[in-house]
Amino acid sequence: MKFLSLLQSAIVYGTIILYGAMGEILTQKSGNLNLGVPGLMSLGAVGGFIVSRAYEILYCGSNGLTPNALLCILTALLGALLFSGLGGLLYSFLTISLRANQNVTGLTLTIFGCALANFYGSALLQKHGGVGSLSLAVTSNAFRAVIPGLETVTVFYALGWLVYISIALAIFMQWFLNRTRVGLNLRAVGESPATADAAGINVTKYKYVATCVGACISGLGGLYYFVDYVKAAWTSDGTLEALGWLAVALVIFATWKPARAIWASYLFGALSWLYFYIGGLNRSSQEIFKMLPYLVTIAVLVFVSLRRSKESQPPASLGLSYFREER
Amino acid sequence: MAEEYAIRMVNITKAFGTKVIANNKVHLDLKKGEILSLLGENGSGKTTLMNMLSGIYFPDSGQIFVDGQEVTIASPHDAFELGIGMVHQHFKLVDVLTAAENIELGLPGKAVVDRKAIAAKIKEICDRYGFIVDPAKKVYDMSVSEKQTLEIVKTLYRGANVLILDEPTAVLTPQETERLFTVMRNMKADGKSIIIITHKLHEVLEISDRVAVLRKGEYIGDMLTADADAQKLTDMMVGRAVALNIERAEPKDLVERLRIRHLTVKDADGITRLDDINLDVNGGEILGIAGISGCGQKELLEAIAGLQPTEEGSSILYFPEGQEEGEELIGQNPRTISDMGVKLAFVPEDRLGMGLVGSMDLTDNMMLKRYREGRGIFADRKPPHKLAEDVVAALEVVTPSIETPVRRLSGGNVQKVLVGREIAMSPAVLMSAYAVRGLDINTSYTIYRLLNEQKKKGVAVIYVGEDLDVLLELCDRIAVLCGGRLNDIVDGRTATKEEVGYLMTYLKSPEEKEGQA
Repeated sequence: MKFLSLLQSAIVYGTIILYGAMGEILTQKSGNLNLGVPGLMSLGAVGGFIVSRAYEILYCGSNGLTPNALLCILTALLGALLFSGLGGLLYSFLTISLRANQNVTGLTLTIFGCALANFYGSALLQKHGGVGSLSLAVTSNAFRAVIPGLETVTVFYALGWLVYISIALAIFMQWFLNRTRVGLNLRAVGESPATADAAGINVTKYKYVATCVGACISGLGGLYYFVDYVKAAWTSDGTLEALGWLAVALVIFATWKPARAIWASYLFGALSWLYFYIGGLNRSSQEIFKMLPYLVTIAVLVFVSLRRSKESQPPASLGLSYFREER
Repeated sequence: MAEEYAIRMVNITKAFGTKVIANNKVHLDLKKGEILSLLGENGSGKTTLMNMLSGIYFPDSGQIFVDGQEVTIASPHDAFELGIGMVHQHFKLVDVLTAAENIELGLPGKAVVDRKAIAAKIKEICDRYGFIVDPAKKVYDMSVSEKQTLEIVKTLYRGANVLILDEPTAVLTPQETERLFTVMRNMKADGKSIIIITHKLHEVLEISDRVAVLRKGEYIGDMLTADADAQKLTDMMVGRAVALNIERAEPKDLVERLRIRHLTVKDADGITRLDDINLDVNGGEILGIAGISGCGQKELLEAIAGLQPTEEGSSILYFPEGQEEGEELIGQNPRTISDMGVKLAFVPEDRLGMGLVGSMDLTDNMMLKRYREGRGIFADRKPPHKLAEDVVAALEVVTPSIETPVRRLSGGNVQKVLVGREIAMSPAVLMSAYAVRGLDINTSYTIYRLLNEQKKKGVAVIYVGEDLDVLLELCDRIAVLCGGRLNDIVDGRTATKEEVGYLMTYLKSPEEKEGQA
């Protein structure tokens, strides 16, 4: 039973990381190293929060209407994609058009996104009377809807539909990157923009689109965290930021392969919760167990670097700006 | 009447920044179904000109006609729409993709890549011209020759009628070159027009129908290969000798400083960069190194400085002042070479990349080489500050202050700081590569004077240069490299420009060398 319980926590927790990591894989495949993942996930969460609250509380609540579940989903998705997408656009503009340093821009985006989320989230909470007083019950329930027939099946009864979407998306991305023309071009842009340019590929467009879509996918991780994991009751405890960094680590752990990120994210989830299922730990020894995902990532980095397999390397132009006439 | 010319370039001008004019009113015609050689020294603007055909650069002024129609080529995409394909010296291939994926890259078509159809089309092209390409092979598993073949197939796959090959033979073995030429003749027979950029005269004479020559960004002229010979082409390429009146003292008290034997260097791709070099370097003279760029000059200097891994059997012996026994430099790192008491002052080609730190000021840059001199953990800034002041005064460095980051200095002043620092270490061997590149004439003369002063002090000076006039007036002996081999060593006082130019481009066979000796 303990194991199933751990598996369930691992999948739920892992799904948040998986979304973040998938977005970052897509972004990195275009050669952009976006360290703003925690910020983008926070933006996704707060965007979903703001827009779905506007519908469920402000519009329906004050007019005495019953919120429509589908509209709740759509408004939350809209908010999450809009906010995180704008974050991605900002990053793209700075790094692709203005050629700002990617690391600095990404870190700034993390600081900005997390702070913005905390600021708005806390302000809205305060307006409603403090922690625990504001919950978007209809939105949360709509996202937490379990596939019919699985309501009483162990583990599965706790999985909202965004979990299945994440798996489908990862498999789709794997296929997209390796089998389709656009995926092929995108990989070329991330590996060698000069080559892609010479082949007639619009490098700037590919980088922009991949980075913005990637940001949106990462944002979905934040939304999933908000509507499902914390049941649409806003908290600003820093958990989401920590998960964002885990997502960045997961990209390396999965060696830039979306399909591998599925089980890897559940492994990360399990390692994150392991302390909970091991008896006799106090608060300080728990922290040692919480480091496990990072330790595993370091081990993988060492292993991958030692093996020098060409297939497990980051995109060759990762972190570099491209300028055609540079000699 | 059918259009005779596949390509006509008229009055093409391209400048980089305000100083460097890469192409000045250049003309170039390419007839249909011919192989044209584009010949010229380093920096003569050949690659720049071709990059404007392939859409990498955009000309500042001038017209380009394809099949008689005036066209604008704003991007590589435009170029291949017009049927122009270029194989660059640095291959534009994605390592982690397969041959087929690289070929298909960027092309329009069905959303899902159909590997079978691509493989079939590749096979058709290969069979037609005699290439061998494995569509499923990843580029990182390919040899240089395979990559080049892939590049050519890629341009043909995209429907190129005009092929531009930028120094295709530089990376090939003689057998591979022969195979490439066979394929080129097949393509020509099929009606394709080909431009080949090369430095190697015997290849020009072997493969091309016509030769066009560029010199320092200017179009010199063209002639049918049938009317050309190596000497005529060399004359066109290097031009008349220009008298520079550089002061050159007679070398005296020559002492052997370096004895280089069987020096062989291979790069990361396994290409031989230096092939069995045997060379003596003497104190009290300036030894010039001439050669087309990329013929091993960099590797030679870096091998001596301990920056370049060498092959088994290579030896560089160093003879310190008053010592009969030589000390082996191979296998030492730059620090130990210095600790052994071997003084090598190295002025790298890339001034700001390897020589100085752009964001640091003059004093800090002086300290880079002497930070270990201070006692304890604190560096003593006074001596380097003094040195910086001395260098500024002695070499007339124009700088707002000693505290100015060197990045803000002009190229010539950066070069003076670098040379000044290296000379201040009172070296036994002073190596410089392209020391006057990008400098104005006065600064260049200052550098020549400094090098001559070192020579008079008994320092062994190695000067890698690209301007033959300077090499001939500055150096006592000139070692000419060609394709990583030491082609010959000539006397700087008696050699002619044509002779050196010829040696740079035409590798002597072992028999010719025997006959000479």
